[in-house]
Amino acid sequence: MDITELTVHELKEKLDKCEITSEEITKSYLKRIDEKESDINAFVTRLDEDAINKAKEIDSEKKANKKLGEYAGIPIGIKDNMCTKGIKTTCSSKMLENFISPYDGTVVNKLLNEENMINLGKLNMDEFAMGSSTENSYFKKTRNPWDIERVPGGSSGGSAAAVAANMVPWALGSDTGGSIRQPASLCGVVGLKPTYGLVSRYGLVAFASSLDQIGPITKDVRDSAILLSLIAGKDEKDTTSVDIPKKDYTLSLKNDVKGLKIGVPKEFFGDGINKEVKDVLYKAIEKYRELGAIVEETSLNIAEYALAAYYIIACAEASSNLGRFDGIRYGYRTKNYETLKDIFVNSRSEGFGAEVKRRIILGTYVLSSGYYDAYYKKAQQVRTLVKNEFAKNLKKYDILLTPTSPITAFKLGEKSENPLEMYLSDICTVSVNVAGLPRNFNSLRIR
Amino acid sequence: MKVEKEELLHIAKLANIKISEDEIDNYLLNLQDILNFANVVNKAPVEGLGETIGTNNNYNVFRKDEVVEFEDQESLLQNAPEKEQHMFKIPKVIN
Repeated sequence: MDITELTVHELKEKLDKCEITSEEITKSYLKRIDEKESDINAFVTRLDEDAINKAKEIDSEKKANKKLGEYAGIPIGIKDNMCTKGIKTTCSSKMLENFISPYDGTVVNKLLNEENMINLGKLNMDEFAMGSSTENSYFKKTRNPWDIERVPGGSSGGSAAAVAANMVPWALGSDTGGSIRQPASLCGVVGLKPTYGLVSRYGLVAFASSLDQIGPITKDVRDSAILLSLIAGKDEKDTTSVDIPKKDYTLSLKNDVKGLKIGVPKEFFGDGINKEVKDVLYKAIEKYRELGAIVEETSLNIAEYALAAYYIIACAEASSNLGRFDGIRYGYRTKNYETLKDIFVNSRSEGFGAEVKRRIILGTYVLSSGYYDAYYKKAQQVRTLVKNEFAKNLKKYDILLTPTSPITAFKLGEKSENPLEMYLSDICTVSVNVAGLPRNFNSLRIR
Repeated sequence: MKVEKEELLHIAKLANIKISEDEIDNYLLNLQDILNFANVVNKAPVEGLGETIGTNNNYNVFRKDEVVEFEDQESLLQNAPEKEQHMFKIPKVIN
């Protein structure tokens, strides 16, 4: 049996029965990473030694009957935009190449310190989570484990690829406009973007604060429900987190969709969607019908408006959020300066990559006087429209079924020269971020 | 709307980003492309609709204004590109 093929709930069962130790699990993953990393490039920072030491520690604490978290000794991989105390958090940017966080983010703290999980390392991403292919990383290009000529999607491409290649049993990603679901889709794993406010953003390096959410990337739906239960919850340090009672989401997993009302918005099955993608969804729809779900066509004519509004809002918020990178207190500082102003301008110009600069400039443009009303204000109104249209549909249906990505995994370099084309690949995912809704991507997993 | 070179350079200046002469054309092209697309929002049926700023209904969230000391100053300063005597160091700003 290859340990690294197991899901987390299977691993936990073996741990609970003492059939396996945390050290054995951790070593199996490290071996797997050794084998695959040169092909996949999923990790920005590896923590082999720390991981083995912590696993040994947990094994001996377990023997001594010390009270530990329910998932103690289970390894995890973390997207490199979540702050981890004493360990580099780079956002895959030259700007933060040497940044060592002085604190753990809330979600990181919950999993590593309260739950006693083992951090296998920090995972690659598009710089500051801006991108859909992980080609915008300053350090390396992550590759899709199913075909290393192709991209894993993005921005959480390192997380999705690592899970798909069995280099980690599960991982954290973050999703601003599809950055969990699209790479999960392209890598054939399960990705979930939680409802906005369900998970604390404290310690998540901000891209677009009104859209960002942390969520699980896992091998199956049960693991996704488990990880969501562990990370959800109100946090004093994030005022946008919502105060709702703690839930065990695994209790909602039942093998029955009889009577479930599924709406299929016809606008998400138009010309722009690849036939291969549509065929898979039509098959899924048939399967749902067979199992007793009620599937109906519906209308949700917002995809294009939502995508345009998304890029306006996300870039506007990014231009403000990334204003903090000035080369003074942390992050890259240029060597080329005389005045303070030189430090700001040259550090930012040298420290940020092309896509990040493009979005900062776009965001500054739509917020500048003369364009604010035409773009930013309109986008905020579109946001209301998108929310309303979703609300109408969700009165009638329990869930809405759409594609996640209009295309299957594309080749490295295929879209990186044309930013707009890359943006358009987010057409199916951004609308729920704009509306603040949750969204799951479930793969038809080949095992 | 057509973006002019002067406008691009003005926006870049506001954002504290320097665009070199040989990058200008590419930036203009990309920006124009993206803005043309973003213009779709002006065709959306939004008349009479309010603006949505955030996605949940929180308005002002208050907390007590209490000082919480972050004791590990060393770890804060370790990231400073330049420091002196426990302070961030910058070039002289007053003549």
